Amino acid sequence: MVDDSLWIEADAGLRQLLAVLQGRGYETVGLTEQDGCITLGPIASADDLPRGRIMDTGGGHVRCRDGESDRFFDKTLPMQGLKRFVYPAHEAVAQFDDDLTITTPEVEMRPTAVFGVRACDVAAIDIFDVVFRKPPYTDARFAARRDGLLIVAVDCAVPLETCFCASMGTGPHATTGFDLALTELSDGGEHGFLVRAGSAAGRGILAELDGEAVRDDQVAAKRAQADAAAAAMTRSMPANVASVVRQSHDSPHWSEVASRCLTCANCTMVCPTCFCSTVEDRNALDGTAWRERRWDSCFSIEFSYIHGGGVRESAPARYRQWMTHKLGHWHDQFGMSGCVGCGRCIAWCPVGIDITAEAHVLAADLERAVPTMGDN
Amino acid sequence: MKPKLAVWKFSSCDGCQLTLLDCEDELLAIADAVEIAYFLEATRNRTDGPYDVSLVEGSISTPHEREQIRHVREQSRILVTIGACATAGGIQALRNTRDHGALKSAVYARPDYIDALATATPIAAHVEVDYELRGCPIDKRQLIDTLMALLSGREPRPIHTSQCVECKLAGTACVMVTQGIPCLGPVTSAGCGNLCPSVGRGCYGCFGPSESPNTQALAAEFRELGVEEAVIRDLFAGFTCAAPAFAEEIKRHGG
Repeated sequence: MVDDSLWIEADAGLRQLLAVLQGRGYETVGLTEQDGCITLGPIASADDLPRGRIMDTGGGHVRCRDGESDRFFDKTLPMQGLKRFVYPAHEAVAQFDDDLTITTPEVEMRPTAVFGVRACDVAAIDIFDVVFRKPPYTDARFAARRDGLLIVAVDCAVPLETCFCASMGTGPHATTGFDLALTELSDGGEHGFLVRAGSAAGRGILAELDGEAVRDDQVAAKRAQADAAAAAMTRSMPANVASVVRQSHDSPHWSEVASRCLTCANCTMVCPTCFCSTVEDRNALDGTAWRERRWDSCFSIEFSYIHGGGVRESAPARYRQWMTHKLGHWHDQFGMSGCVGCGRCIAWCPVGIDITAEAHVLAADLERAVPTMGDN
Repeated sequence: MKPKLAVWKFSSCDGCQLTLLDCEDELLAIADAVEIAYFLEATRNRTDGPYDVSLVEGSISTPHEREQIRHVREQSRILVTIGACATAGGIQALRNTRDHGALKSAVYARPDYIDALATATPIAAHVEVDYELRGCPIDKRQLIDTLMALLSGREPRPIHTSQCVECKLAGTACVMVTQGIPCLGPVTSAGCGNLCPSVGRGCYGCFGPSESPNTQALAAEFRELGVEEAVIRDLFAGFTCAAPAFAEEIKRHGG
């Protein structure tokens, strides 16, 4: 755990922090509200942040409204995490010219500071670092974008109804993976942020900020806030979920979920760790051709298409693939869970399918089942 | 010899053919790459078949059309149906589940002048179709990409994942989740480029059912949102009402 180094005032401090980031040449991105939804977008100053706005979420339900305080970062989570900043939804990855030379388009990305990244999304970027950069298969396009990203995390004081990061061990406070992290405190008539640095770049920025030394009572308040946030989460993933999904391959519950599942792929699109893509070759009349990479999903039949047809034609098979990969086989593949507990798949599922609820049903089904020789 | 392109119209509003004329920037290049051999919407010049590629708009709604489509098929090396009418029957297929005689009398002063079939059906119900482009109207980029693919010997690959995928690729907030607006997006094929949700409207299902449409689960969610049975029925009874998945859902709601 990185120690807090500085206390900055809410308004003046945030303003200065953004100015310092911009002065260092970073594009500044942060929470913005558009079309009734909190999302990540360009921000010019701290005044652009949806201060005092909060989100109410549930299965298939997201609404923004005014909260009871003028705090900046309570109960908000952007619709999509950092995924599109490091891994665009679609882009040309190769260009073919008339003489059959193949060129790779340059990655165009100005250094970008993302302001107000939640612990779950920081954890998701850590997962992407493994997925896209684990040797020997390094994705240069991801790497270029990731290296241009500066992460200013913010600890969660009030979680959403759909959050369950505490049970995934990824939050509510960010412990690693950020350049700077903020904790918003508004006790005893003062409103400001504890600031800690998690990288050399972060330490350099921190050194430019005006603030005060951190007091013991602020550290205690921060700890209490983290405990309260974790305790406020009503959803949780079973601790043994990886083993549960591995043992549930033939569960009848997959068909029950599939009767509700639209196979629309929204869960995979909003998931900050879902990384599947498809590639397609396109050409224009002028003789140029290019290869396009586009986000795809295990909920698409075409995604598993091989000679003769899709491997996972049925909806139960596709839901099972998503959940067992995310929570089970991800461990075998990358040595960690693929779920960070952000709850987006619950909130943005049009019919409100809840991955934590389905995991609990599978776990309960296993407990009820009589153990046989084959179980492990 | 340039490939010969023909564009045919059956029962339809001409909107899909207009999409070809609306290509604007690309239109001259397309006209350069192919011989436009038959396209009455654009030119009265016509060249006899056979044709390399035929784009077919409209549904089969009259006895005459039923014969004519066979003729078109015989003359076409590749036949591509374009739009909701040609691929699903179109809005006129609403008549398929009603009394045709009564409808004719209600609409026309002299119903005896009308020589129409009792149903409006997609082209594929009558002849073999090589590729289909969905939509009401079709999407210009999909049309150009399909023509490019056919001209260069590449397989056209229109995707039939849900419309939701296009919303999420574009970063459009879900209108159902954030506003409670009933939206056919989760059961409708992608392809339009996210037109209606991007302006705060629910999807109308113009591109027809997605590859695995769970219409019952979506209808159940509409009910949760407080949408009445008749309204749920009418949501599915749009431009692609006769596409099997939507037609079945219409029946479940008293249609």
